[in-house]
Amino acid sequence: MYILKLLLRNAFRHKLRTSLTILSITIAILAFGLLRTFISAWYAGAEASSASRLVTRNAISLIFPLPLSYKDKIRQVDGVKQFAWGTWFAGIYIDEKNFFANYAIDAKDYMALYPEFILPPDQKKAFLNDRKGFCAGRKLIERYHWKIGDTVILKGTIYPGNWEFVLRGIYHGRDESTDERLFFFHWDYLNETVKKTSPRRADQVGWYVVEVTDPNRAAEVAQAIDKTFKNSLAETLTETEKSFFLSFISMVGAIIVAIQLVSFVVIIIIIAVAANTMAMTARERIGEYAIFKTLGFRGWRIAGMIIGESLLLTMIGCLFGIALTPPAAKVFGKIVGTYFPTFRVEIETIYMDIGASILVGLCAAIIPTWRAVRIRIADGLRRIG
Amino acid sequence: MEIKTPIVEIEHVNKSYHRGTRTIPVLVDITLDIGEGEFLALMGPSGSGKSTLLNLIAALDNVDSGLIRVGGIDITKLTETELAAWRSVNVGFIFQFYNLIPVLTAFENVELPLLLTGLSRGERRQHVELALQVVNLANRMDHYPGQLSGGEQQRVAIARAIVTDPTILVADEPTGDLDRVAAEEILELMDRLNLESHKTIIMVTHDPRAAKKAHTIRHLDKGILNNVHSQAAP
Repeated sequence: MYILKLLLRNAFRHKLRTSLTILSITIAILAFGLLRTFISAWYAGAEASSASRLVTRNAISLIFPLPLSYKDKIRQVDGVKQFAWGTWFAGIYIDEKNFFANYAIDAKDYMALYPEFILPPDQKKAFLNDRKGFCAGRKLIERYHWKIGDTVILKGTIYPGNWEFVLRGIYHGRDESTDERLFFFHWDYLNETVKKTSPRRADQVGWYVVEVTDPNRAAEVAQAIDKTFKNSLAETLTETEKSFFLSFISMVGAIIVAIQLVSFVVIIIIIAVAANTMAMTARERIGEYAIFKTLGFRGWRIAGMIIGESLLLTMIGCLFGIALTPPAAKVFGKIVGTYFPTFRVEIETIYMDIGASILVGLCAAIIPTWRAVRIRIADGLRRIG
Repeated sequence: MEIKTPIVEIEHVNKSYHRGTRTIPVLVDITLDIGEGEFLALMGPSGSGKSTLLNLIAALDNVDSGLIRVGGIDITKLTETELAAWRSVNVGFIFQFYNLIPVLTAFENVELPLLLTGLSRGERRQHVELALQVVNLANRMDHYPGQLSGGEQQRVAIARAIVTDPTILVADEPTGDLDRVAAEEILELMDRLNLESHKTIIMVTHDPRAAKKAHTIRHLDKGILNNVHSQAAP
């Protein structure tokens, strides 16, 4: 209690300096937390993926389609429970800045494969029965204030023209990590239209989603699917849904590495700020440490005072930083929300904030502690007066 | 003059400082006995080595050669850890600039040395209150050093020095930063501690008026201890 009182009073001896140091640490922890949240958001899709789902795509690249005829062969592969297919549509709503993911899907089977998209039964029925119908996630609906029955027009980029859809269903996510910003419509509608406008592109899909009977057999089933289409015109690459998402993330791997580096640079900067404060503090109090030593206080007690004060400053800054991160993430999430299924502060990020603050507190105190502990009493006392 | 049992025995102590390649002798072959309950004043010009000698007696610095025994213990043979423990029990310190911790109240400053003992909080409180009563500052125990006058701060420092009931009290220019009236009060207090509590006091001072309070005055000049100049206690 006595020591804690001493630490608190020492820490706030120079109120302005301490406040500025805490402010710096708060901002740094906030920046660190947001950067880590940003990185987590990239991986959110992969984390939310199912272990029992595989994705089969063209082995050359995702941008090359697969024939619809593959569905019959996939169905026959041992270990396949059910499957569906989808195609990336890349339609634009009014303006390019209104970006959201929109897919043409084999609606009935696709929805069965994704129980995390919860659609009210009447809406589901309405969606499945309307070939021009679409369903979308709750957050996307909120963003554009659409209502059931509204007609939405998307301008096709891969498939030219203005595409008209009617909102039939609004799904919400089963889990917090479920993406509620997606737009699904019927692949049949797309295919029928393409057959008329550019028949060579008809009866093709972007990927197949396959549910396996046993997640432990996922690798075996994936191999079996790829073997089935070996030496065909469109060889396949089948991987788990998680790997599929991670392959997307790897396309922007350099950006993520850069963000990670910046987050660590932030930590190094706060170490420098805190170390500067602690160095000034220890230099000013070297005479006091000599007094403590004179009275019989051993080096480890003095080390405890300096390290304790350093940790106190960084932990106060850390607490403020942690408290500010969720509201800041909420604001930030609204700005970048279109690009990420979720943008929320993970508990791991809080742990990293705390860990980083402890690291900063300890690192900042190393040199001042070393100096204070090593100072000879007579030399320290000479600095007073 | 009555010869008292020596509580401090200094034998052939040498101490020098190194400045670059130069070696500057500070104390040369010092031999001195200080009796139990004695009030000794060490005088001499600046740089004569009196503060260095005081630091050696209080185990704040190490000798180059020679021996210092306090209460029968050769402190030159103790490790840093042992010295820290020894100081906390055996030496009370009074400095020219009081050396109080500014963020602690008078009570907390006096309590500081007791934190190293096994005393309970209640026992510590008793000791601190008693020490502050001795220096007549019981009514200022919640004040911070910045709220006290120089003389009062020095009295708090004396309370801190005596709270553990040490074997010896060492005082380095205890009146050097005080006006005449406050200095007189501090000297009276030290005199009282010596006479009533039989505390052995070793005081470094420039001030002949302060030295007059001592039983014995020893002069140092260029690191050499001159002949004894004794005076009767008032």
